[in-house]
Amino acid sequence: MNKPRDLSLKGKIAAYIVLTIFALFAIYPIITVISISLRPGDRLLSKSLAIIPDNATLETYGKLFTEEPFLLWLRNSSIVSAAVMIVGVGLAATAGYAFSRYKFVGKEAMMFSLLTTQMFPLTMLLLPLFIMLIKLKLYDSYLGLIVAYSATALPFTVWQMKGYYDTIPFSLEEAAYIDGASQFYTFWRIILPLAAPALVITALFSFMAAWSEYLVAAVLIQDQTLFTLPLGLKTFQSAMETSWGLYSAGAIMVSLPVVILFLFLSRWLISGLTLGSVKG
Amino acid sequence: MAVGIGKIENSRLAYLYTLPAFIVMGIVVIYPFFYNIVLSFSNMNLTHFYDWRIIGLNNYLAVFRESTFWYFLGKTIVWTVVNVFFHVTIGIFLALILNKNLKGKSYFRTLLILPWAVPAYITALTWRGMFNSEYGAISLVLDRLFGVQIPWLTTEWGAFAACVITNVWLGFSFMMIVALGGLQSIPDELYEAAEIDGASWWHKLKNITLPLIKPVMIPAITLGIIWTFNNFNIIWLVSNGGEPADTTHILVSWVYKSGFRYFRMGYAAAFSMVIFLILLIFSWSFIKKTKAAQAVY
Repeated sequence: MNKPRDLSLKGKIAAYIVLTIFALFAIYPIITVISISLRPGDRLLSKSLAIIPDNATLETYGKLFTEEPFLLWLRNSSIVSAAVMIVGVGLAATAGYAFSRYKFVGKEAMMFSLLTTQMFPLTMLLLPLFIMLIKLKLYDSYLGLIVAYSATALPFTVWQMKGYYDTIPFSLEEAAYIDGASQFYTFWRIILPLAAPALVITALFSFMAAWSEYLVAAVLIQDQTLFTLPLGLKTFQSAMETSWGLYSAGAIMVSLPVVILFLFLSRWLISGLTLGSVKG
Repeated sequence: MAVGIGKIENSRLAYLYTLPAFIVMGIVVIYPFFYNIVLSFSNMNLTHFYDWRIIGLNNYLAVFRESTFWYFLGKTIVWTVVNVFFHVTIGIFLALILNKNLKGKSYFRTLLILPWAVPAYITALTWRGMFNSEYGAISLVLDRLFGVQIPWLTTEWGAFAACVITNVWLGFSFMMIVALGGLQSIPDELYEAAEIDGASWWHKLKNITLPLIKPVMIPAITLGIIWTFNNFNIIWLVSNGGEPADTTHILVSWVYKSGFRYFRMGYAAAFSMVIFLILLIFSWSFIKKTKAAQAVY
């Protein structure tokens, strides 16, 4: 990596001005949401643009947890996301290993078909899936949602795992085989522990994909007691009168954990992405 | 770095390892894909949900005959071109600045990737609130500073512009990060040599920087085009399902509405196939063309 280059004084000033403008553009919506969530109940429709409202209070958050089914949505989303995480890690860890280490008939076609799925308009799969689930009477159940989310996250996570296995030297496996270890034992006890960082990223990515998804849930779930967070937050806006305060407080509660995770993970996500696309 | 790829030949274990993933893909992707093809030739709708039959190419003919297809195709192309243009230019522009030696640039970098980190549906719902004509922050700011009132969500092009602004906010961070990765791999000697020859800032950008980040940007732009073309969330949630009067749609949101709100399943299935084929042909020719262009360099 190169040492970054210096700018002239004029250039530096211009650079800071541009960065500040775009940084403001980037954070302004976030600040607005925080600000609205702190407004006292009688001032939700205020036209004030102050960042910290007069009489700032956390009462909306209290209301969100006690008077609205927010905890129910939180529970539903947690169940679905945790299940997707477990299924996603299991599937990507094994399939990625096969793609990295083995030579077999149909490997190229399988890897290519994973990439092609990125081109499908979601409706093309959702409509048949919706009809299938109605006929199978699996409509309005978590099972349908979990299977659907696991599959949509798979292409990315499989490529990501394959990329990581590729960096682990094959001599480790050879040494284990010479010592008489079976192929499965070698994968399970030697390679998998070494791939722990990639497994963590795959887990978090699968979790976030399920946590932040709206469309599939909107189609597969109608029962209000099964609503996940995205469906729940949407109800604050689709009622005759929009509950801005509740929506904003909910949006903050939902985004905060994923934003922190994302900032922490962004570097690895990007290397996985470029690795996949360059080798693809 | 490819140390151990494809070392073990034809083991049955390989199929066992990939089987679970492909069972799940089979249920959610492969079977629905073929089922969708069958549906696209059928007359399934709300009245013929169980007793549907094959009616040939009628749905496809209906797609091409109805003016909505051509109208929303045009809108989708404008939507994709405008969005990807802003994503890429803003992204590269910011990456060029962040690649310089500046104090505190890691803070700016963190702030600038925040839009990417926020869940997309929250972005969409939040911007919808900000465009609200009475209480929305954007409307208030524009009114106070310039005294202008723009009917964001109630007119066709106002709503479209609102969707574009939201999606530009959402997407530039990704391109910025990809471009930054590309910039950091350019050897400094190239710039030094160009400076000795007296190259201007513009010449260096055109002849060194852009060609050298191209290999990284092309896959990202291809993905960006596909994602934007199919970006349902922003259009649907910002315009609240196509408001006003089903004019704010791109192809995917219109398919969704026909299939799940108007229950024209056969028609929606044929429509989806058409979208998929458009994207397939586009990606295929785009990848081929850019590979050819790379060979020239």
